Amino acid sequence: MSYRNRELMSLAVVAVITCLGFASVYIARQDVISGASLTYGVFFLCLYVAAHLVLRLAVPYADPYLLPLVALLTAIGVTEIYRIDPTDALRQTAWIVVGVVVMAIVLLVFGRDYRKVESYKYICGVAAVVLLALPALPVIGKTVNGARLWVEIGPLGFQPGELAKVFLIVFLAAYLREKREVLAQARLKDLGPLLLFFGAAMLVLVETNDLGSAFLYFGIFLAMLYVATGRALFVAAGLALFAGGAALAYTSIGRVGQRIDTWLDPWADPHGAGYQPAQALYSIGNGGFGGTGLGRGTFTSPEGNPYIPYLDTDFIFAALAQELGLIGIAAFLLVFMVLCLRGFRAAILAEDGFSKLLAVGFTFGLALQAFIIVGGVLRVIPLTGITLPFVSYGGSSVVANFVMLAGLLLVSNRAEARTQ
Amino acid sequence: MNAEIRRVAFVGLVLIAVLVVGTTYWQAWAAGDLAARQDNAIKSVAQFKIKRGLVYAADGTVLAANRQRKVDGQTFYFRRYPQGDLASNIVGYSTQARSRAGLERSLNDYLTGSNGSLRTVLGSKLDALTGRTIVGNSVVLTIDPDLQRAAQRALAGNCGAAVALEPATGRVLAMATSPGYDANQVERNFRSITRRPAACAPAARLLNRATAGLYAPGSTFKLVTAAAALDSGKVTPGTTFTDPGYCIEYGKPVYNYDTDSPFGRVSFFQALQYSINSVFCEVGKRLGAIAILDYGRSFGMYANPGLETPSDEQRPSGLYERGKLFFPKQDFQVDPGRLAFGQERLGITPLQMAMVAAAIANDGVLMQPYLVRLIRAPGGKVVVRHEPKEVGRVMKPSTAETLTDMMVSAVSSGTGTAGQISGVEVAGKTGTAETGVAGRNTTWFVAFAPAENARIAVAVVLENQTGTGGSTAAPLVREIMTSALSGKGAP
Repeated sequence: MSYRNRELMSLAVVAVITCLGFASVYIARQDVISGASLTYGVFFLCLYVAAHLVLRLAVPYADPYLLPLVALLTAIGVTEIYRIDPTDALRQTAWIVVGVVVMAIVLLVFGRDYRKVESYKYICGVAAVVLLALPALPVIGKTVNGARLWVEIGPLGFQPGELAKVFLIVFLAAYLREKREVLAQARLKDLGPLLLFFGAAMLVLVETNDLGSAFLYFGIFLAMLYVATGRALFVAAGLALFAGGAALAYTSIGRVGQRIDTWLDPWADPHGAGYQPAQALYSIGNGGFGGTGLGRGTFTSPEGNPYIPYLDTDFIFAALAQELGLIGIAAFLLVFMVLCLRGFRAAILAEDGFSKLLAVGFTFGLALQAFIIVGGVLRVIPLTGITLPFVSYGGSSVVANFVMLAGLLLVSNRAEARTQ
Repeated sequence: MNAEIRRVAFVGLVLIAVLVVGTTYWQAWAAGDLAARQDNAIKSVAQFKIKRGLVYAADGTVLAANRQRKVDGQTFYFRRYPQGDLASNIVGYSTQARSRAGLERSLNDYLTGSNGSLRTVLGSKLDALTGRTIVGNSVVLTIDPDLQRAAQRALAGNCGAAVALEPATGRVLAMATSPGYDANQVERNFRSITRRPAACAPAARLLNRATAGLYAPGSTFKLVTAAAALDSGKVTPGTTFTDPGYCIEYGKPVYNYDTDSPFGRVSFFQALQYSINSVFCEVGKRLGAIAILDYGRSFGMYANPGLETPSDEQRPSGLYERGKLFFPKQDFQVDPGRLAFGQERLGITPLQMAMVAAAIANDGVLMQPYLVRLIRAPGGKVVVRHEPKEVGRVMKPSTAETLTDMMVSAVSSGTGTAGQISGVEVAGKTGTAETGVAGRNTTWFVAFAPAENARIAVAVVLENQTGTGGSTAAPLVREIMTSALSGKGAP
């Protein structure tokens, strides 16, 4: 079976799963929601079949599993968001449509040869820096939950950091491809960019008050630097520097210090700082092996007050874990794992350094972002508020991730086109 | 470059694998610990999705029911106590804030269907899987609601407690405490429970005085001494003593309750009938404190009574020293004369005194008291059925018979005449423990009836009384027994 037909078959399976998910939510909550939810599955099928047709046209040799896996993740996300807040689910669906459209545009524009963006690398770099700096601007910048990550223009709010991530990876891929031989010699003067980037990441950390994003950018950079140069020493030095910086932040930035204290013992202050993480763990624990079932979890008190704030954004994993249980959530994490495997596969198959680095950046970024937020909820690492890619409620994140998916599709299309 | 990509890919996959391990830890390994945490609101809400089992009295009267409420498409079940304050000290309460007391606490696992029984667990798992409401096991008590109501009514206005047992089985027929509370008010208006003044100290309404109230037993303890004395053979009913109105202990006189008229030459039989302290003081000195307390132990003292209510709502009876249970290693550690007529540092629960009476009534054999007759699964299948259980023989049958005769005479023509019931032979013993403050006597009456083949044994204790056990407690016992022996709820 051809790649594209395989993709179509997989999308049909995803549509069935989506319908079952929404049906399950509907059955559990038919007292409060309407049967209209059942049309979500059909809608998703139409949306992704349309996307599939664009793929047939623009990237016929692209990996057949990337799109269905992402479709599944977004469907699971929307199902759970719908169960938590139907209005948010409608908005999220709209954002997914925007994301798919943006992905289609990227595919159609760069379908022939995406490598021409290499020559615009410095524009990408500058764009990334500008986007990162936007929330710090006085009028439009906005602080949410203690972190300065948002930009608000009129009624529209978005997190430019998500898009900055895409530009940054493109810039790094192009820059590292060009400088990899020089960098690999590891002369002291060539280490300048490493230190520069470390400084930038720390600046982001201080500016946004957000350890998670800083760790994400820096982690992606280290992974790409390692692939480009093959020097593990860089990674070790980078991690050591980051640990030092984080330790400094722990003592000097109150919010970072508080996050780490809460991480070490959320029950020290169970009604204050530790409330959110403790309730998230209770939610996960309540799921047990089999989960409560979609729509049957407990997220609100009998009076109707939510137990976990930011349940459909930062804490969507806690909601999913309760309703799907260990069996379901393990399967869910495996979907992430397979998506990453396909991404890394594209990186390995790719011919040129730029494509390889691009695919590694996008894929490792996905894995690391999932690790940072889910690991934070699970108390593996300190909790920081970033989105779970494709799953959490949040427009900027969805659109940015679809651009990254487009990148992976382009890379794999080019790699596979050669073999066929 | 591919080797490096493979290594990065490995790291990426390990990161996600760590998440699987982390989730497994919280959902499997640590799930129990999380569920047990007091501030786990989700768990408590989950409990309110369970339709708690009902609590029934012996005749099927519903003591604890459920109130259904729908919020956000989910059905919650909250507790409701249709009988108000009836047996609240036994059933207890279960609130939204997850505070629980009484059987609602100790039988929570059964009532929520989460006890270890395979049938119940399978049933609730199946219900959870199919999305059906989990229904807990229902509990049927031994309590006779009419008698319970009679006991609560008898105590009303006083501070104290009453316990009625079926001597042959150990069934608790009624167990009342006063002041009591309406379990519905715990959630609705807790302050009405704590604030309402009660003329007794400690004024805690939530304290189950019947099982956790330690009182000086006064002369009711003479029953224990008499059992020890008669069983030992050192004393017979006919053994005579001379009562000078007091007894010399450690060179100092210990006076009778009524010091003005010494009885002179009396038999042991009369000493119990008229509750003569000086005689029991002598007997105590002959037996020694340990021998008497050994009998106390056989009657159930120095151990938790083992009712189904939470163990911290029950207290063992015995000698207390600085708030701690104390059993002497040597006779000289305890004053045997005062002990013999109940004046040592004794702390006895009304339930314990009812057990003493019941053991005498049951030919000297003590039965394990119990409150729960059976526990039934939602389908009707009986999960737990309580069969009467013998604790052991306390005294010889002949001793029990003699003691019964002595107690009958105490009611017919001794200190307990106010306990008489026409047409029924009542055996009883009064007790009046002075606290040294006027109007603060602790008064007792323990009795069983009919004297032959007793159907009920009752102990009543009252706090802060000006009168004696015979004048204050005996009429209440009479009221309770009359209700039991004549009423439709007669066992």
